[in-house]
Amino acid sequence: MCKMRFMLLFSRQGKLRLQKWYTATAERDKKKMVRELMQVVLARKPKMCSFLEWRDLKIVYKRYASLYFCCAVEEQDNELITLEVIHRFVELLDKYFGSVCELDIIFNFEKAYFILDEFLMGGEIQDTSKKSVLKAIEQADLLQEEDESPRSVLEEMGLA
Amino acid sequence: MALKIVKGSIDRMFDKNLQDLVRGIRNHKDDEAKYISTCIDEIKQELKQDNIAVKANAVCKLTYLQMLGYDVSWAAFNIVEVMSSSKFTYKRIGYLAASQCFHEGTDVIMLTTNQIRKDLSSPNQYDTGVALTGLSCFVTPDLARDLANDIMTLMSHTKPYIRKKAVLIMYKVFLKYPESLRPAFPRLKEKLEDPDPGVQSAAVNVICELARRNPKNYLSLAPLFFKLMTSSTNNWVLIKIIKLFGALTPLEPRLGKKLIEPLTNLIHSTSAMSLLYECVNTVIAVLISLSSGMPNHSASIQLCVQKLRILIEDSDQNLKYLGLLAMSKILKTHPKSVQSHKDLILQCLDDKDESIRLRALDLLYGMVSKKNLMEIVKKLMLHVDKAEGTTYRDELLTKIIDICSQSNFQYITNFEWYISILVELTRLEGTRHGHLIASQMLDVAIRVKAIRGFAVAQMATLLDNAHLLTGNTQRNGICEVLYAAAWICGEFSEHLEDPMQTLEAMLRPKVATLPGHIQAVYVQNAAKLFATVLRKHDGETESQAAQETSQLLIDRLPLFVQSANLEVQERASCILQLVKYIQKLQQKNVEVAEEVTALFAGELNPVAPKAQKKVPIPEGLDLDAWINEPPSESESEDEKPKAVFAKEEPKHSRSRHTEVDEKELARRREVRKQEQANNPFYIKASPSSQKVYDAPGVEHIPVVQIDLSVPLKVPGMPMSDQYLKLEVERRQKEKAERKKKEKKKKREKRGKERKADSGPESEEDITPAHQVDIVTEEMPENALPSDDDDKDPNDPHKALDIDLDKYVPYCRHLQFIHVLHIVYDIQGNHQDESKVVVSVIFENKSDSFLKSMEFNVLDSLNSKLQRPEGAGAHDSLTVPFQLPPGQDTHAFLFVSSVSVSIVAVCIDCFLMQSDESSTHEKLDFKLHFTCTSYLITTPCYSDAYAKLLESGDLKGSSLRLEGINMPFHHLLARICFHHHFSVVERIDSCASMYSRSIQGHHVCLLVKTTVSIDAKCDEPSLLGNVLDEIKQTFSKC
Repeated sequence: MCKMRFMLLFSRQGKLRLQKWYTATAERDKKKMVRELMQVVLARKPKMCSFLEWRDLKIVYKRYASLYFCCAVEEQDNELITLEVIHRFVELLDKYFGSVCELDIIFNFEKAYFILDEFLMGGEIQDTSKKSVLKAIEQADLLQEEDESPRSVLEEMGLA
Repeated sequence: MALKIVKGSIDRMFDKNLQDLVRGIRNHKDDEAKYISTCIDEIKQELKQDNIAVKANAVCKLTYLQMLGYDVSWAAFNIVEVMSSSKFTYKRIGYLAASQCFHEGTDVIMLTTNQIRKDLSSPNQYDTGVALTGLSCFVTPDLARDLANDIMTLMSHTKPYIRKKAVLIMYKVFLKYPESLRPAFPRLKEKLEDPDPGVQSAAVNVICELARRNPKNYLSLAPLFFKLMTSSTNNWVLIKIIKLFGALTPLEPRLGKKLIEPLTNLIHSTSAMSLLYECVNTVIAVLISLSSGMPNHSASIQLCVQKLRILIEDSDQNLKYLGLLAMSKILKTHPKSVQSHKDLILQCLDDKDESIRLRALDLLYGMVSKKNLMEIVKKLMLHVDKAEGTTYRDELLTKIIDICSQSNFQYITNFEWYISILVELTRLEGTRHGHLIASQMLDVAIRVKAIRGFAVAQMATLLDNAHLLTGNTQRNGICEVLYAAAWICGEFSEHLEDPMQTLEAMLRPKVATLPGHIQAVYVQNAAKLFATVLRKHDGETESQAAQETSQLLIDRLPLFVQSANLEVQERASCILQLVKYIQKLQQKNVEVAEEVTALFAGELNPVAPKAQKKVPIPEGLDLDAWINEPPSESESEDEKPKAVFAKEEPKHSRSRHTEVDEKELARRREVRKQEQANNPFYIKASPSSQKVYDAPGVEHIPVVQIDLSVPLKVPGMPMSDQYLKLEVERRQKEKAERKKKEKKKKREKRGKERKADSGPESEEDITPAHQVDIVTEEMPENALPSDDDDKDPNDPHKALDIDLDKYVPYCRHLQFIHVLHIVYDIQGNHQDESKVVVSVIFENKSDSFLKSMEFNVLDSLNSKLQRPEGAGAHDSLTVPFQLPPGQDTHAFLFVSSVSVSIVAVCIDCFLMQSDESSTHEKLDFKLHFTCTSYLITTPCYSDAYAKLLESGDLKGSSLRLEGINMPFHHLLARICFHHHFSVVERIDSCASMYSRSIQGHHVCLLVKTTVSIDAKCDEPSLLGNVLDEIKQTFSKC
């Protein structure tokens, strides 16, 4: 599969929507890399291929509607499978949110992270089956709702 | 009180949640920063409240702001608070925030150890999952050390969901705490055959990553992976395994031969492009490492090239790009196979996508021949003209130069053409590669003697038109070529038709705007030209021209004397004084030409950059030995401070200099200069600086006026094209001559062989028009061949270079000669504290098939083997697998036990000798249980720890470790890791540690940097044993 260094989601306007770093990177370097990379990717024409060499990394990106999904992998990694990873993540988001759009990710950004964390860990694919990823997220969400449900406002006010 | 709660809740209803924050930011596009700063103030208020829900909400918002680039490190402690919440909803948010914001430098991470340990052992698998996910992002060496054991245990968790995550995170743990690799590896390996495909692929992932970094330690796993590769249908796993084999084959060529067949099968059969691409890449890598010994590998290469051609012809830009990329790998070893697809690659040069054009350019490098070089470069020059954007144009430029200069200009047949190409390239505006062109000009002019006349003429024109190059911008990199032009004109000035004119061009006031290092070369070479002019007019008495030249220099040089650049200033003032002196001599009609020329006599040889380093040290030369006797102390009575210095540092070189007088220094300088002059390997700082400072006396120099030269450019046609045409003509002429000769020969042979000689000319037929001097003495004789591939010492994967086949020192080994090798490891069982788990690896050492094995423990009062329900108290357990020779497998046994130290075990083996006969062997051995096996890493807070010590229930004992010289934290790490302790608190020079036995006995240690250990425990015999074992651990190192 692929050893990913980081994954970024950003909009056509250059707004970062999600970032996940799988190797320890100083905050300042992160900012610099994100800025630089966004510039490079956004400058590319739509018909260009999805790969580029950047610093000592290979960048694989793909645009879905107004969002760019951009991954950095290492020199020996397989570009096509990385593209598949991106696609699978998009599919997962789509299944979870029901035809996902940029706003879903903006307003539920923590959910998007939960999905990503269930799909990739430390830069490696956790499960190749979409079903089991979605199942894990659903069950974790259920657990969360159990947590939340008994706590109505009234109850908390001590009135119930 | 109730009122307060009510008030808090009502406030909360008006709190912003994440959605409100996002919406707010979107509505405040104009004053975003201001809006956010008020939000951060609100968040700070929210974090001060006791309500964990409010805090979690605040932390969630902070995580969002962190992504926008705001610093939230100040809230690290609040994040830990939210992580520690018992509610999954908040825990999840806390861990997410931590994984986004924490890094190795975050100091609160230390506080999380116990919380994470608690979450890891939580009965709720999602708590564990969330903790593992978070940990994978922010694991530090300390966390890795403290939690390695817990995570190792999780690898055998009952839920595949946890096993999968635990296996994946082990890779991060290994990186941070390499010592954990060896004990964890057997279990990791076992996961390769986990019934759950997710866990299995996770294990493949981790082992492949490990093996990719240090392949040699994983060669023994090759058969297992081979089996997986031929049986797995999961493309993701296959890709990883195939990649792993790519890393292994260079170390084991036999593997390569085995691989080719299944890989070519996959190439033929798979429909997944990613898998196909991986297979092709690996086949290429394998074939590269198998340089010989594969009779039919050309078929495999052909297959790869064919498949790649299909990729390149595809309309999908991505496949096109990757096809070209892989093609360039084949090119290195099998250029012929690629060359036949030249048409396709040239076609790609016209692709709309720049990245594809660049890939195609890479390939061109290997496609050129003497025959087509000029044609290909012409095509590239057209692209240079058309190119939009400087990056692509610069790339083209470097590629043109790469292609032309490769293997010492092997493919260049006409250097006039090449020089004109270089000159044409100088017309590119704003290129960064001026220095590259310059170095090519220098290289060609120095190496190709025959071309010097032409080169000098071209360079003179360049100098004359320097304003065209430097005209527009300051940052213009192209002016670097003037450096080369000035040097070439100066050094080979004997070829100049009109040195006077060039000299004048080099001393124009505009030159002062050039960068300093170029001006310095100008000034220096002006002096060389001056010498040439003088020599030209040698013998003419009272030469007007010579005196005019001197005057020109005297007029123009003061401009450079004022330069802010030290080098320029120094050279200019030196030369100015020299010229003034010469002028005086000229006025007295003294002949000076010869002396001035002598300043610049001699020819330069090109020297390889590494030449100096490669000179072998002659036998008997000790560079550290004294050349002179070191000064005795009595000698330097009047130089006391220095003598003291020498006494303190006897090797300090300054002590030698102190007693060398001026004369001696001068003499040494002279000798050194002499040596340098005679030593062809002495590398001068820069080509022109060598002759600067020695300025002997000069006499009289005459000069004469010379005609202007003919313009060099042919109007209406770019230069190189003209040479291309000329070269074609030359070749035709040559060919015609050859034909004539051949005809003659044929006539002589009386037409016995009728070869068609009108076919395309072969490579060898084209003779270069100029000879390239590839000066063989570039390297010193008997230079030492040395590979400079030093590995990066900071590579984190280096620490993981551990030979895993060596016996694991922390597990115990038993070997029954010729039959069975057993490794076992004992750990307390988290789930059921009355049991210990014994994991055993059986390895069949015999030549025969091990058909079945039965395992039995002689139960005692203290220990009992856990048997399946319904089995009798003395029944054996059948080990659930068979072992072919040379293979090994894992098994788990549960032994219920109390504090025992030895368990007697008996194994019945049935060996298959052949199909019919089998033998039976009974092996008895004893498992030695260490006390450490009964200790379970358990967190303990410092207040609880203090209480425990105060209670007085514990008995004390102490231990001194001798001869330990490792850093304190390593010492602690070892105790933690090997003896299942955790650090409670560390204060300066001592640390308190805690562990608990499965029976609930407390063990407390106080470890001091003086390497003494004070220990307390409520079970004295346990304590004694633990201390003995700690002592043993450290005696091994």
